[in-house]
Amino acid sequence: MDEFTAGANTSLVRVQIPYHLRNLARIDGEVALEVAPPVTLRSVLDALEARYPMLCGTIREHDTKKRRPFLRFFACEEDLSHQPPDAPLPDAVAEGREPLLIIGAIAGG
Amino acid sequence: MSQVRVLVGTRKGAFILTADGKREKWEVSGPFFGGWEIYHMKGSPVDPDRIYASQTSGWFGQLLQASSDGGKTWFQPGVKPEEATPQFPPVKSNRFVYDASAETGKPLTTHQWYDGSQKPWEFKRVWHLEPSLTDPITVYAGVEDAAIFRSTDGGENWHEMPGLRGHGTGPDWQPGAGGMCLHSIILDPSNPERIYIAISAAGAFRSDDGGQTWKPINKGLYSKYIPNPTAEVGHCVHHIAMNPARPDKLFMQKHWDVMRSDDAGDNWTKISGNLPTDFGFVIDVNSNEPETIYVVPIKSDSEHFPLDGKLRVYRSRTGGNEWEELGKGLPERDCYVNVLRDAMAVDKLDECGVYFGTTGGQVYVSPDGGDSWKAIVHDLPGVLSVEVQTLA
Repeated sequence: MDEFTAGANTSLVRVQIPYHLRNLARIDGEVALEVAPPVTLRSVLDALEARYPMLCGTIREHDTKKRRPFLRFFACEEDLSHQPPDAPLPDAVAEGREPLLIIGAIAGG
Repeated sequence: MSQVRVLVGTRKGAFILTADGKREKWEVSGPFFGGWEIYHMKGSPVDPDRIYASQTSGWFGQLLQASSDGGKTWFQPGVKPEEATPQFPPVKSNRFVYDASAETGKPLTTHQWYDGSQKPWEFKRVWHLEPSLTDPITVYAGVEDAAIFRSTDGGENWHEMPGLRGHGTGPDWQPGAGGMCLHSIILDPSNPERIYIAISAAGAFRSDDGGQTWKPINKGLYSKYIPNPTAEVGHCVHHIAMNPARPDKLFMQKHWDVMRSDDAGDNWTKISGNLPTDFGFVIDVNSNEPETIYVVPIKSDSEHFPLDGKLRVYRSRTGGNEWEELGKGLPERDCYVNVLRDAMAVDKLDECGVYFGTTGGQVYVSPDGGDSWKAIVHDLPGVLSVEVQTLA
């Protein structure tokens, strides 16, 4: 199985993360993660942190798993930041047609 | 030949400046962690190539970095990049959780907020890292909201030393303008059980039992801007310094006032003397002359820049009160930078080198104990901290 082929019981979810986190994780471009259903914010972030442990604590808090305040989750032109962590993500994300976008708030002048 | 390695934390990354013992020609490496705030970096006294760095961001929170080759390469403790396949347990080098257990610590209290109300402790960032004097993988962290943590595994796991925050005066601690930070940690080389810390704005504290229990050491401080100017806690201590050869003598730059103690902090006396202003952030002690101290006077708490646009270090060779202006090589005019509390350091060469960094991105060195100064670099991002390693 190559990097872009999902296993029999998993989905291949595409995730884009901010520049500084890509540097931290030594990632170029988009990440493709195998995620067992249901595909939710929690399951995708669990898979992301397991694949790139250096990201633990940078997107959500260690213990509470609360989203860090200046980060947001988007997909399919929807803001999913306030969606419950166990709510299913859009089918297009679960099927790998659209990426989940993790975006840092734009701040500064 | 001796070498010096200057570790510079800035608002946009870390830089390492190296020179031989003459301290004339410098090599600059970095930025490391470009774009991130590096609040502090410090090397282990027993293994100087082991360096710890506090990497922070308003977006992504706290990270802890370490190097085992003198800063050439870095890693997050607990992360092995070559094994970047699913890895458990998760990395915890950036997990700083206050100890609220009844068994090992003291239940969380609250601290005073700017408006006088009470607010729960909330971790924000690591301000200062202090490696052990005897063990390269033991390191202490001073954090905001103020508390002290310790790691005994090279920074992979951190545990609060809860006796400090829980000894009872916590509700009277309050944040300074920069936050409620524990910014100074000094380990006594003659007594492994003794640790000094300072918090803005709570004051200075000392432990005589390895950090299990603490007592405020603020007698003699006078802060007219707090309800009780001689209160046991609540003073805005900006920095404390010690010459390791005389660990009972401490020097302090308070919000206003420069102070000294000759009895391990039990009593303090004011030594501002003829300083043109005794507001400031940094203070340090010459490594060879324990009564020679340095400060950078700042105009006031309302105007954080040098008097009259002239950047000046002041030196006392008498342990305070009598100060001389040092300006050779420093800006004579139009200089409106600040020098933050952890941004001055001294080396241990025969002729003590003194270093400081500014919010304007300059790092200055004086290889002759303060007589003359030269900018090693002019245009770094704003400097948050400066530490120096003297290498054989």
